[in-house]
Order: sequence, then C-alpha cells, then structure tokens
Amino acid sequence: MVLEHLIDISLLVFLAVISVALLRIKDLFAAVMIFGIYSLTSASLFMVLAAADVAFTEAAVGAGISTILMLATLSITGREEKTIERKFKLLPLLIVSITGAVLLYGIRDLPPFGDAGNPAQVHVAPRYIEQSPVETDVPNIVTSVLASYRGFDTLGEVVVIFTAGLGVALIIGRRRRLPSKKEASSHE
Amino acid sequence: MSGLGIWNYVIFIFLMMAGLYMVISSTNLVKKIIGLNVFQTSVFFMYISFGYIDGGAGPVLAEGVTLYSNPLPHVLILTAIVVGVATTAVGLALTIRIKESFGSIEEDDLHKMDPSI
Repeated sequence: MVLEHLIDISLLVFLAVISVALLRIKDLFAAVMIFGIYSLTSASLFMVLAAADVAFTEAAVGAGISTILMLATLSITGREEKTIERKFKLLPLLIVSITGAVLLYGIRDLPPFGDAGNPAQVHVAPRYIEQSPVETDVPNIVTSVLASYRGFDTLGEVVVIFTAGLGVALIIGRRRRLPSKKEASSHE
Repeated sequence: MSGLGIWNYVIFIFLMMAGLYMVISSTNLVKKIIGLNVFQTSVFFMYISFGYIDGGAGPVLAEGVTLYSNPLPHVLILTAIVVGVATTAVGLALTIRIKESFGSIEEDDLHKMDPSI
C-alpha cells in the first residue's frame, strides 16, 4: 500500500502549500476561494484515507457552505484586507515555533501510520464492525454508529447547530431593524 | 517509526501552526476565521489518519472484505465538521455586526476606536 501513502503525502504537501498561500494573500476574496480549494483537497485526502462519509461531508459542508457564508460576509464587509506596512512581528512567530517544536517532540510517541495493531484499532471499533450488521442491519457502519450507538452524541450535535443558528439569527436579526428605524426617523 | 508515516504527522503540525499563526498575526477578522478553520482541519486529518489501516476498506459492509478501517474517528469527525461550520457561521455573523457598529473589521482600527477591545 505504498502507493496510497504516496498519494496521501502528496495531497498533504498540496495542503501545506495552499496554507502558505492563504497566509500570504491580501485579497480576501481570493483567500476565500483558496480556502475552498483547501477544503476540496482535504475532502480528497479523506477519500484516500478510506473515510468516504467524511469526504462527502467536507466537500458539501466545508467546501460548499463555509465558502458561501464567507462570500456573503465579504459582500457586506468588503474584500480588501487593509495593507499595513508589514512590520515584522516576532511574537506570533515565536509562539508558533515553540508550540510546533513541542508538538514535533510529541510525534515520537504516536503509533505508526496505518498499522492494524494500533491501540485505536483494537478496543471499541472491532465491536462495532462485528456487531453492527447483527444489531442494526445497516450496511454502513458509520451510519449505524452515528445514529444508533452514539445517538446521544448526534443529538448533542443537533443542539449545538440549533444554538448556533439561534445565535446567528439573534446577532444578524437586529441588523434588519436598525436601518429601518433610521429610515423611519429620516422620513419624519 | 519509519517510512512515510512520520511525515504525515509533521505536515499536520505544519498545517496546525499555519492556522495558529493566521489567527494570531492577521488583523482582519475574516482572515482569522479562515485561520481557525485551517487549524481545526489539521485536527480532523490527525483523527482520520489514526483510523486508517493499510489495505483496509472503507467502513461499509461488503462481501469478502475482512479488513475495515476504524469507523469511530469517522463518526467523531463528521460531527466535528458540522459543528465547525456552525461556529464559523456565528463568527462571521459577529464580524458583520462589528462591521456595522464600528465600520471596520481590522483589529488595529477597532483598537484605536475603543482601547478596551
């Protein structure tokens, strides 16, 4: 399976290059488009890593809805990032380098990539894979875990989305009243 | 650990730090939200790669397949992607409100207007 590893690494290198482009670009519209490319590339990476459901979701929700939301925001806030004289900021770079170095140090303890004997593979997952056809009769194990075994988890997710939707409605909803009030006062 | 596997993790960390750097150093709020998204995608990659098994099929039951990749990280990340979009939506809504109240979404402009921000 060396080929899959190669595809995996090349997609990841693509992603790294795209993230650097995102860092450097000043035009926000272009940045949002590049972020769409980033999401689509990550969807293909999920596909290579045998996670079809995640790839679908990332392509539809990550690349689709996120991009639309950001474009809608840009249509209101304007597309140009203010260009300031780039004074070199040392502190963010320092923080990022130190955190990155600590995380790189932690890599040594991670299990080997793709090994069937990894700790994550031996405990709960075999139970799901063996029992879900018997217990739920759904061929897609991800579906059966999502909707049945971890149903409360999904309920929590729905609560989060509902809260977020409520929050957005409350934050943006006020906007519609303010201009109309101003209009009303200007007519008087 | 040998082979290409270690480079996986190195690139995850690179992506994560790129996102973190974007969050810390960009002054534009939309750019910060993009950085936050890059940051969280790197975590998604890490989870999905933990669930990957060499030669394992996707977790959909089929005749004659004995080795499936781990479905549990997939489920967790499905949830995380959707929650991530929900938080992005709230962040963008706040950005729109800030633009309407202050006329700018640049952090240093906002700081000049109200030093307590």
